[in-house]
Amino acid sequence: MNKLIVSSSPHIRTKNETPRVMLDVIIALLPTAAAGAYIFGIRALLVIATCVLSAVIGEFVFNLIVKKEQTIFDLSAVVTGLILALNLRADAPIWQCVIGSVFAIIVVKCLFGGLGCNFANPAIAGRIFLLICFTSTLGGGARPLVSSAPELVSGATPLEIMKGGDVAGLPSLLDMFLGFRGGAIGECCIAAILIGFIYLVVRKVIHFETPLIFVATVFALSLIVDNSFTMALYQVLAGGLVFGAVFMATDYVTTPITRTGKMIFAFGCGLITFLIRYFGNYPEGVSFSILLMNILSPYIEKWTAPKALGGKKAK
Amino acid sequence: MFKLGKTKIPHRKNTAAMEAVRMPAPATVTIPVAQNIGAPSVPCVKVMDKVYVGTKIADAGGYVGAPIHSSVSGTVKKIDSFLLSNGRSCNAIIIESDGEMTPDPAIKAPVVTNLDELCDAVRESGLVGLGGAGFPAAVKLDAAKKGIIKKVVINAAECEPYITADTRTMLDNSDYVVKGIQLLLDYVNPDEIVIGVEKNKPEAIKKLSELLSDKGKVRIVSLPETYPQGAEKILIYNATGLVVPEGGLPSDVGCLVMNVTSLAFLAKYVETGMPLVEKCLTVDGSAIESPKNVIAPIGTSIRDIIEFTGSSTENIGKVLYGGPMMGVAVYNLDDPILKNTNALTAFNKNDSIIPKSYPCIHCGRCVSACPMGLNPTAYAKAMKVEDKNERADRLVAAKINLCMECGCCSFVCPSRRPLVETNRLAKADLRNTQAANKN
Repeated sequence: MNKLIVSSSPHIRTKNETPRVMLDVIIALLPTAAAGAYIFGIRALLVIATCVLSAVIGEFVFNLIVKKEQTIFDLSAVVTGLILALNLRADAPIWQCVIGSVFAIIVVKCLFGGLGCNFANPAIAGRIFLLICFTSTLGGGARPLVSSAPELVSGATPLEIMKGGDVAGLPSLLDMFLGFRGGAIGECCIAAILIGFIYLVVRKVIHFETPLIFVATVFALSLIVDNSFTMALYQVLAGGLVFGAVFMATDYVTTPITRTGKMIFAFGCGLITFLIRYFGNYPEGVSFSILLMNILSPYIEKWTAPKALGGKKAK
Repeated sequence: MFKLGKTKIPHRKNTAAMEAVRMPAPATVTIPVAQNIGAPSVPCVKVMDKVYVGTKIADAGGYVGAPIHSSVSGTVKKIDSFLLSNGRSCNAIIIESDGEMTPDPAIKAPVVTNLDELCDAVRESGLVGLGGAGFPAAVKLDAAKKGIIKKVVINAAECEPYITADTRTMLDNSDYVVKGIQLLLDYVNPDEIVIGVEKNKPEAIKKLSELLSDKGKVRIVSLPETYPQGAEKILIYNATGLVVPEGGLPSDVGCLVMNVTSLAFLAKYVETGMPLVEKCLTVDGSAIESPKNVIAPIGTSIRDIIEFTGSSTENIGKVLYGGPMMGVAVYNLDDPILKNTNALTAFNKNDSIIPKSYPCIHCGRCVSACPMGLNPTAYAKAMKVEDKNERADRLVAAKINLCMECGCCSFVCPSRRPLVETNRLAKADLRNTQAANKN
């Protein structure tokens, strides 16, 4: 006899599946990765490949050891590895890339229960871990490859130059936008990041306001303190602000679930970034700001719980 | 004005232009006596009794109840216990049809000259909410006796995919819809009657607008083409701006909500006296070769109806009472259609596979989708709490009982989490805990 399947409603689902969402993020990151490879050369691709592979293998081996169902096909490990790589310098030592990726995947994600359970963004935690352990090779940034100096050399990033007060040494705003300046692989080419941003918004993976509020907060506060439109623009284009705002402050797992909550989160990120950049010891504050706001996320979520239709106030 | 219910789901109204076809008398009908919310009805016939179309076979089991009538002419074969697909078990009256479909000679139109007589007539007609919930219509209408009904909202949203039975009512039985409106104007006398129709039915909107243009108190609202416009509280808000309070009924804000097919049936009943014995239902879905709107006697088996449309039942993986968003999966093709069945949706084996689920990635799509403004992820989290009292407190705080199981959260979830299923479990868990604490 023909056996019927019985299950709970609804009986139809949207086509959009979690691996597809992850794939969208990967697609959105490709222009940035390509720009990084163009600006910093083949060494950038080596860093990217190393991070992605070690993240995926790390998760695979972890699942094997703890006898969990294999989860690498949800593509989230690829996203983590890719974002971490784009946060590193193109001349980062390969063994450090491996350590950072494995730390991000195993300590920050898998040990907390895997996808959806981590409280901090794995890529950011991985980057900060590396930054603290190996400041000499991971602080600052690589210089773009130019015909006069075909070897990768490290040099001051625009933010370090600004921190030093030597405004004359800054690249032009156009070079800042196109990415011809010192920095991490993925943070330099703002144009490529914006392509990814538009793709994510069109595909409805992220809401446009999170990156916008993050960046606008830094811009507005810089404008108030520096009283210079140009300097405020440099603050926006420099460092990992745009990259962090588009790809890391929009991570689902570690940000509030409500739309209002996401806006507050973005504002908080902008505020902390500004405070670290202007008053802290580090030239850059984007990673720290996102990590700190990750920790605040559950509280923001509680404060911004949606209002139920006709719902009575809780006693 | 701001409207609630913004989930984009497929419409698939393949049968919207198809006039309903009447099915010949089936060989037997199986009529379960629990067909409404509230008390099951009590059989009032014996085995071997001769019945006609419209003969009462079960009395209302209580105030919140409705009588049931035979849908064919023939002989009562058996009265036996029966397990419904919604999990209720009750007696079912099995009637062998003589193929004649002879109406009961005793049937005559009721005399309706005031609200009390209208309420009595509705009670006798066996009418339950035909939109799907199956709430006895007489109980709803009784609220009007208290004079608290200021607005009547006619639910013609028909927001589920595939279903076009209400659309056909509005197009084929528009005269009864108009007569029904007149009955409400005459006897309930509200300040306003609002008919809510989803925009994807322009012909129905046009036809009703023309027919009702001379009735000043009647307003037709075209609702957005998004789901769930037909959910009672959402409909009331989108049609009138009123908010039904938590734990309350539409009558608490002076509203009476009635499905458009229920309304047309009411008018027909007042004219003819023929009780609720047949249903127009949409038969569609990927396993149905030629989708149709079918008029079938209540109690006809799903197998008979699907075979009547010309489809084989071989490829069916899943059959639902109703549409794919809120429909109840049926475990046996020989189960009958009920008073509140407005559609049969049958999926082929491929479309019936239960999707693989991934961990919740906290994306917030369910929170944005919930028309009631709830946080669907809160319930799964609460259900992980070991202590049952703390679990209950958390469920109450997250307002689980405001969830109407419309399915938006599960539909939009990219991780295919069983959100609605969890909510059902959570509601049952909360009921058990509360009942245990009372004793």
